[in-house]
Amino acid sequence: MNLRGVYAIWWREMIAFLRETPRLISAIVNPIVWLFIFGAGLGASVDVSGVDYQKFIFAGVLTQTFLFTSIFYGAYLVWDKRIDLLKSILVSPLSRATIFFGKVLGGVTISLMEALIVLVFGIFIGIPYTPASFLMSLLIVFIASAIFTSVGLTIGSMMESPEGFQLLSSFLLFPLFFLSGALFPLENLPGWLETVTAANPVTYVVDMLRGTLLGVQHFDTSHNLLLLGVFLAITSAVGVEAFKRMKS
Amino acid sequence: MSSSVIETKKLTKTFNGRIHAVQDLSISIEEGEIYGFLGPNGAGKTTTIKMLATLLDPTSGSARVNGFDVVKQPSKVRESIGIVFQEPSSDELLTGYENLRLSALMYDLPASEIESRIDGSLELVELNDRRNDLVKTYSGGMRRRLEIARGLLHRPRILFLDEPTLGLDPRGRETMWRYVERLTEELRMTILLTTHYMEEADSLADRICIIDKGKSVAIDTPARLKRKVGGDLVTIVADSPRIAEIRRLKSVRKIEQKDGTFVITMDNAAAHLQDLLKRVGKVDSVEVRSPTLDDVFIKHTGRGLEQAEGGWFEKMVQNTTNKE
Ligand SMILES: Nc1ncnc2c1ncn2[C@@H]1O[C@H](COP(=O)(O)OP(=O)(O)O)[C@@H](O)[C@H]1O
Ligand SMILES: [Mg+2]
Repeated sequence: MNLRGVYAIWWREMIAFLRETPRLISAIVNPIVWLFIFGAGLGASVDVSGVDYQKFIFAGVLTQTFLFTSIFYGAYLVWDKRIDLLKSILVSPLSRATIFFGKVLGGVTISLMEALIVLVFGIFIGIPYTPASFLMSLLIVFIASAIFTSVGLTIGSMMESPEGFQLLSSFLLFPLFFLSGALFPLENLPGWLETVTAANPVTYVVDMLRGTLLGVQHFDTSHNLLLLGVFLAITSAVGVEAFKRMKS
Repeated sequence: MSSSVIETKKLTKTFNGRIHAVQDLSISIEEGEIYGFLGPNGAGKTTTIKMLATLLDPTSGSARVNGFDVVKQPSKVRESIGIVFQEPSSDELLTGYENLRLSALMYDLPASEIESRIDGSLELVELNDRRNDLVKTYSGGMRRRLEIARGLLHRPRILFLDEPTLGLDPRGRETMWRYVERLTEELRMTILLTTHYMEEADSLADRICIIDKGKSVAIDTPARLKRKVGGDLVTIVADSPRIAEIRRLKSVRKIEQKDGTFVITMDNAAAHLQDLLKRVGKVDSVEVRSPTLDDVFIKHTGRGLEQAEGGWFEKMVQNTTNKE
């Protein structure tokens, strides 16, 4: 892997992102829409785990926003193949790992921008930030979006058509989001649901964010960090391997 | 051993176990040569280039580019080559300049040289005035020129040009030919060019490999290929030429007659035309034509390039319907 190559790929991703107005607009509008749907709709009167529900699901909404962005980021890879853009990159001396991590960094950057919008919005619903918790949240988003972007890119590397990508990723996204602790507390779950949530990386992302932002946490921080580290190692190893197999 | 920069041995690519795109292709390209692949659409030109550029793995056989094996040392091969694809692959969302900068970073050019190299490349293809416009706004010819600039930026020893003038108007085509010639002269690059235009192969290539249905059918210089067709073609319209007299000329190989028109195949018509006309007597009209690569293609495949294109179209329709 070479860092200059990673930078090159990232740089191209950023320019493309900023020039594609619809993408840019949806990156700004999406988080706001999600906040309204969950925040306003579900009412602030119910208390969950000792905080009101609007605050409780804030970490879930934050995760939701960049989870979708990270996974769908892989769709642009499919598109690049379609318009014959990818082969000029594949024919360069950059290793597949370099290309992969450049793309991951691109997805992570976009996710961080979105997360920032949501976090700022959190001020208005009374999330009690400290500089440390704010920065810690961004760090968690960084790690988590790297995991999800890797998953999106892995799917993208195997798909020939954007439609196929759409289908497979939707299939994955909804269980990932709904079968995590994003919308409900992890205490007293039925056995099967407990198993499923425990296998889902989104669970640990949400739990860690909630702990950082509100002090409400189900698992230990070290437990969460360890598991996210393992997920990151696995998804990026699989992603690099998928990129090595990818043909233009 | 030899100075060949590209060498293939029985290179073969079969798609889905039944489409024989390239079969047993053995070629050897020398340093500094412009080597042309001439063949109709579907002949296997792009597939060959993709294998040489490490984008496709061969089904069997082997290929070395700049001394490196395309399967075992792909990154070494990639460092040695530049490529202009049949379908332009520049990033439409980027400007011409940004596309080149991306390429410069990907090929790890020294930071101090990046700007001057980009300037130089844009200069060569006369795109400097449009460098800061999005590629989206470029014409087809400009895009191809940008691709050439990009292919050259890292000064590869070998440049692949896959149908570099496809879809260009005659003027754009001639500009492109000029660039290609300059590349070998000024930069001493080895160029592998594919085309289905015989004029293009004829005017650019030092040597040509005629390829049809995945197989190479003839390899030689354009001049020798044409000479092997068996001489120049002289068409004469005359009332009563003295056929017997003409036959006695050593340079005459064949005489075909249709009404008052005689098509005489002869060696070096330029030198022997005087002799010929003396014997013919009174002549209404004379036309001398050298054989073209189309005549060469006919000789080897039994059909003209144009005809072959027609066949390709049917095949393509077949292929797409099979795929569904
Ligand atoms: N990816 C592919 N899958 C299946 N068949 C292919 C593929 N690429 C090319 N072919 C087939 O291989 C043959 C050669 O194609 P190609 O190399 O593109 O020819 P050319 O570049 O000379 O026009 C054609 O019959 C084409 O349909
Ligand atoms: Mg082709």
